[in-house]
Amino acid sequence: MELTPDDVRDVLRVLDSSGLDELHLELADLTLTVRREGAVGWTAEQHVRRAPRVEQAVAPAVAVEAPAAAAEVGEGLVAVHPPLLGTFYRAPQPGAPPFVDVGDRVDAETVVGIVETMKMMTPVHAGVPGTVLEFRVGDGEFAAADSVLLVVQPAAGGAPG
Amino acid sequence: MTGTRRIRRLLIANRGEIAARVIRTCTRLGIESVLAASDADVESLPARLADRVVRLGPADAGRSYLDVAAVVRAAQAVDADAVHPGYGFLSENPSLARACAAAGIVFVGPAPESLEAVGDKLTARSHAVAAGLPVVPGGEAADLAGARQVADELGYPLLVKAVGGGGGRGMQLVAGPEDLAHTFDLAVSEAAAAFGDPRVYIERFVSSGRHVEVQVLGDGSRAVALGDRDCSVQRRYQKLFEEAPAPLLPDALRAGMAAAALALAEHLSYRGLGTVELLVDRERGTFSFLEMNARIQVEHPVTEMVTGLDLVAEQLAVAEGLPLRLRQEDVVLTGHAVECRINAEDWAQGFRPSPGRVDRVVLPVGEGLRVDTHVQGGSVVPPHYDSLLAKLVVHGTDRDDALARARAALDLLRIEGVTTTVPVHRALLADPEFAAGGVDTAFFERFLDGHRVGAR
Repeated sequence: MELTPDDVRDVLRVLDSSGLDELHLELADLTLTVRREGAVGWTAEQHVRRAPRVEQAVAPAVAVEAPAAAAEVGEGLVAVHPPLLGTFYRAPQPGAPPFVDVGDRVDAETVVGIVETMKMMTPVHAGVPGTVLEFRVGDGEFAAADSVLLVVQPAAGGAPG
Repeated sequence: MTGTRRIRRLLIANRGEIAARVIRTCTRLGIESVLAASDADVESLPARLADRVVRLGPADAGRSYLDVAAVVRAAQAVDADAVHPGYGFLSENPSLARACAAAGIVFVGPAPESLEAVGDKLTARSHAVAAGLPVVPGGEAADLAGARQVADELGYPLLVKAVGGGGGRGMQLVAGPEDLAHTFDLAVSEAAAAFGDPRVYIERFVSSGRHVEVQVLGDGSRAVALGDRDCSVQRRYQKLFEEAPAPLLPDALRAGMAAAALALAEHLSYRGLGTVELLVDRERGTFSFLEMNARIQVEHPVTEMVTGLDLVAEQLAVAEGLPLRLRQEDVVLTGHAVECRINAEDWAQGFRPSPGRVDRVVLPVGEGLRVDTHVQGGSVVPPHYDSLLAKLVVHGTDRDDALARARAALDLLRIEGVTTTVPVHRALLADPEFAAGGVDTAFFERFLDGHRVGAR
């Protein structure tokens, strides 16, 4: 399946005594390249090619992916994108009231939601003063980096970012 | 536990590097490995390494790795003898242990009663006291009046901790009496939201503490201590670097800590791998019980390096109902081992997460070197789970040798395509205060502040 560290060390012993600087192995399930890195040591680059054997314990959900949120926003409106891809939350905690709702006035610095990426929380700011027109990603839904979380109608005189 | 049950087919209900780690031991022991993978992980390196893969559920952990019914269903679907829960997710969840028992499946972990005894911080604390361990002075606070009473006895600064918390989550520092009311209310509401349990308690804050933990292994009637680890290098209570043994500890203190960990394991009739976390007060030269983790730890390889043991193999043996294969006098520590946690995060941008596609993985190899990872060229690091990519583990004849070899190995390690924390480890290993050994848990934030200033 893979070469264990012990296997790789066996390869190294052979190489060390051979004077070779590089060895490329191609097996049915994997490739391995071992290289001498000057006087400091050796590196290995391993690639397991074997395809996973996936079985179904449960029927796969059909069309679990929500349709992509529309990316277009009307003229003069501002789309708020997530700072990072991740799961979008509209409230600081489950059950808590949302940061903002449709119709609320926001400033550029107003927190309108949070995005959870790799267990880390990043606040989402409105980015522009104005009024929240609509949410396009729901609470707890996954948002890609370019998705439109919500749309803001900029306040008169507030330049859209 | 009566009788033994041979594990021939193991369901691994986890992902990432620990899944690959458990599969490696299965392969060595001739156990068939079945990985329970979410939709985000069915093409992962562990899925390619496992003998079989069973689909667990959607990418969202709540409906896959955290779903007790889904895990048991997966184990039954493949007729697994046992479930290995890894760390995190359901690893310390008594409901999974009970559900496995009800389904006639071995849970590779302690009995549900042990999980309950150490899962709640107040219960764990009372067990520690009963076993004769020193604890940080403090007490439960049912309301603000109770909190004031405890605080007046302890003095400030102090910590408000969630009873249901752990691993650094659910803790608030209170500098003085004027902050108590506000912080207490905040801690109660956060505890309720995060852990579904609003109870909090109050502890004296140790201003300069080291996080030292003792690895234990029990078979339900007997336990052995497998040395200690120092995990004081932390950011926001998340460990970044660990080593074994803990450096610069007086012999009497170290022996006292091992004896305390064994006393707790024996008091609990503990069966499985466990870690007793202790806080070493650098000023007083004393230690106190913090918590017990009833699972394999991320940093277990440093213990494996210095003991020569395969902790997953030992964990599987006691889960099968076998008596310990080790006596305390068989545990001999050799040299010093260190571990750098390589995360998909951007140090220069406040440790911002960096998920995405990994283009290339080049790892150092050689005597005393080990890299536990779940990525190779072409792997996708999903945004749904934690950011741990790889653990670089280095064994040396002593601490200086291990650190020197770790510096050389870091220079050879290349994970391309995502931003990693390799640069922060290079800077850490070059720091003289760190290299001297025995830093406290506040060291790393200070170190980062210094580098932020220096970077401008």
